[in-house]
Amino acid sequence: MFHRESGVFKTSYAADMALYPLPIARYAVAAFAGLFIVIAPLALGEYYISILNLVLIAVVGALGLNILVGYTGQISIGHGAFMSVGAYTAANLVTHLGAPFWITIPAGGIMAALIGAVVGIPSLRIKGIYLAIATLAAQLIIEWTINHVTWISGGVQASIQVPRPSLFGIPLKTQTQLYLFLMAFVLLAIVGTSNLVRSRIGRAFIAIRDQDIAAEIIGINIFRYKLWAFAISSFYAGVTGVLYTYYLGIANYEQFQITVSIDYLAMVIIGGLGSILGSILGALFVTLLPILTRWFLEDYGWLLFAQQDLQNAIPNLRLILFGALIIFFLVVEPEGLNRLWRNIRNYFRVWPFSY
Amino acid sequence: MRWTWGAIMGVAAGATAALCLAGNARAQQKEVIIGGMCDRTGPTQVNGAGICPGIQDYFDLVNSKGGIEGYKIKYEEIDHEYKVPPAVEAYEREKGDGATSVLVYGSPQVQALYRKMEEDKIPGTSPGFGIAASADGKRFPYLFPLAATYWSQGAAAVQFVKDKLGGSLKGKKIAYLFYDNPAGREPIPVIEDLQKIEGFELRTFAVPPPAVEMGAQMLDITQRYRPDFVIDHLFGSGPSVAIKEFKRNGYPLSKVVALVWASGEHDIVGAGGWPVAEGYHTMSFAGVGDDYPVREEIKAMYKAQGKEPPKAMNDTVMYNRGLLWAALHVEATRNAIKANGGNKPTGEEVKKGFESIRDFGLGGLVPPLEVTAADHQGGGWVQIFQVKGGKFVKETEWFRAYPEVVAEAVKKGE
Repeated sequence: MFHRESGVFKTSYAADMALYPLPIARYAVAAFAGLFIVIAPLALGEYYISILNLVLIAVVGALGLNILVGYTGQISIGHGAFMSVGAYTAANLVTHLGAPFWITIPAGGIMAALIGAVVGIPSLRIKGIYLAIATLAAQLIIEWTINHVTWISGGVQASIQVPRPSLFGIPLKTQTQLYLFLMAFVLLAIVGTSNLVRSRIGRAFIAIRDQDIAAEIIGINIFRYKLWAFAISSFYAGVTGVLYTYYLGIANYEQFQITVSIDYLAMVIIGGLGSILGSILGALFVTLLPILTRWFLEDYGWLLFAQQDLQNAIPNLRLILFGALIIFFLVVEPEGLNRLWRNIRNYFRVWPFSY
Repeated sequence: MRWTWGAIMGVAAGATAALCLAGNARAQQKEVIIGGMCDRTGPTQVNGAGICPGIQDYFDLVNSKGGIEGYKIKYEEIDHEYKVPPAVEAYEREKGDGATSVLVYGSPQVQALYRKMEEDKIPGTSPGFGIAASADGKRFPYLFPLAATYWSQGAAAVQFVKDKLGGSLKGKKIAYLFYDNPAGREPIPVIEDLQKIEGFELRTFAVPPPAVEMGAQMLDITQRYRPDFVIDHLFGSGPSVAIKEFKRNGYPLSKVVALVWASGEHDIVGAGGWPVAEGYHTMSFAGVGDDYPVREEIKAMYKAQGKEPPKAMNDTVMYNRGLLWAALHVEATRNAIKANGGNKPTGEEVKKGFESIRDFGLGGLVPPLEVTAADHQGGGWVQIFQVKGGKFVKETEWFRAYPEVVAEAVKKGE
């Protein structure tokens, strides 16, 4: 393969801890960044960009959830609600104060982080499925609150219109502009996460995940780090909510209901717990798979069904296929798409001389 | 780590390649594209199961008769499971394919999309749901409720109760039972306005989603509050549960009037059948039953193809709403083509087409709508039916209630 590791010797700790230990990795990253930041927006049509936009938003949320579920080993089915906290914080800031996006996005994230940290308190006493139920309660309480407190929700309709974000006075309106806007935050999220998990905090998270008593014995303050995990993870969720709000031009709590929390958990689990690439692959998988299966059925469904039944068959068949594919991938590799990719990579790394 | 970036990009590149392959080049002919969303799957599929085939059949019928002024309709239906992101994707796809009008499905989806439709100048429709304030065509230029909004429905329900209780509501007690989400709460301000005018007593009873458990509210209504009439605004499987609970608590169903999404055949069947629901009043924004020429034409179309008419036709309430919905799109497109001299219409022209829908009855299935640039609701007409002897019996003709109160609410916005 083109990616040879021999001859690369690390002579300092800095080199060993670098994000890209091999020079070729750096070139590959540059090439792919070029592909996605320059070529994709020029080459792809608006529709395809709009799909990528949905993927980009999901990537931020999945990364955040993976910090909590994958790296720290806590569970949350309240992330949909944390997104709505971010969304409504930003929407209120925009409508009441006219705040620009570079204020509302961190503000939405911080607000979600505060609430997330509060919701994380039970995690100090309870674990696993019990914690899941506690976070479920948070989801329901936040939903109810937004739904009923009109000074948060902006009225009975519980939706607040938000103008498009503008950069240097230019409103970002087209899908391509929004794509670049979202891409900037996705890059920040990816870089942020990959550095976080290599840091002292990230190591503490992993120690807690692997064995929390052992972690406490070696001097990790479990209280502090579990809450940090909830806060950071919720921060990402809040940012996701704000991005969503800007993308759609409206904050509406019905976009952040419990099914959304479940979808994001699915992304993290399918993609691979405790991996950044896994979060990205999971977000891609869960967002794109329904679309791809529909395209497939639209083009080849006539082989199975009469034209008139097709309209009815496609949505139902799509659900079945979606479920079946999730099961298929998880059976093939229970550790997720990330592991699957690594297996393939490891195979080709020494190919064709596998001994 | 070093592979992370490579992997992201690789997968995305693969997906893009797949996209390009999947993009299908269809032969160009004289056609107009109408985009649609539907939910044959998802939480409100009980409605979609009737509405979506109705839409499809009406477009097929128009095409089998030669299309709209020589243009074939290409209807693109995309199922979104009542979720917002798939709806956004569906809309973008339909826009990319050149749709000149879109049937938006579901209130959150309307909220998410109406701004985009305005930017793209593609009119969208949301009969019987969506944003009540969108009756104001000035503020929502590209969103058309076309049928009674929740405000008009609430007003019509109050009017109906008033007529039933002998022409005066002074001192009467009305209970408003609703699904606790924005759509469920939407009629409340208008009903409260009417409370001031008519002087009745009002209490609201919220049922939290998914509205399959309402024992406490029902006891409260039937044993403690004992209202003279109940206005029932539930969705999904809620209405069936409500009918059962009213029955169990011995509250007469003839003192219940349901708003439009609690009014289908499936709600009655789900409650345990027609005898159980005897007396239940339902509201509709499209004709109910089988006695409409357009339904005969569809049956004839199926017969000509040597097929049985679809089962969905038996769910006349929802199916007919699908017919109304599709027919209004056809009518608007026809107006647009006529107005521009036979050319392929643009979204803007179809918008004007919607705004010139007048006296379009479809054999009584569609109310006497009058859509204008200012009024995108077309009047807010409903009919009320009652369950009697195993079927819906019409109780009122098309009527609209308290138009000035509703107009005032529209003016106020929220």
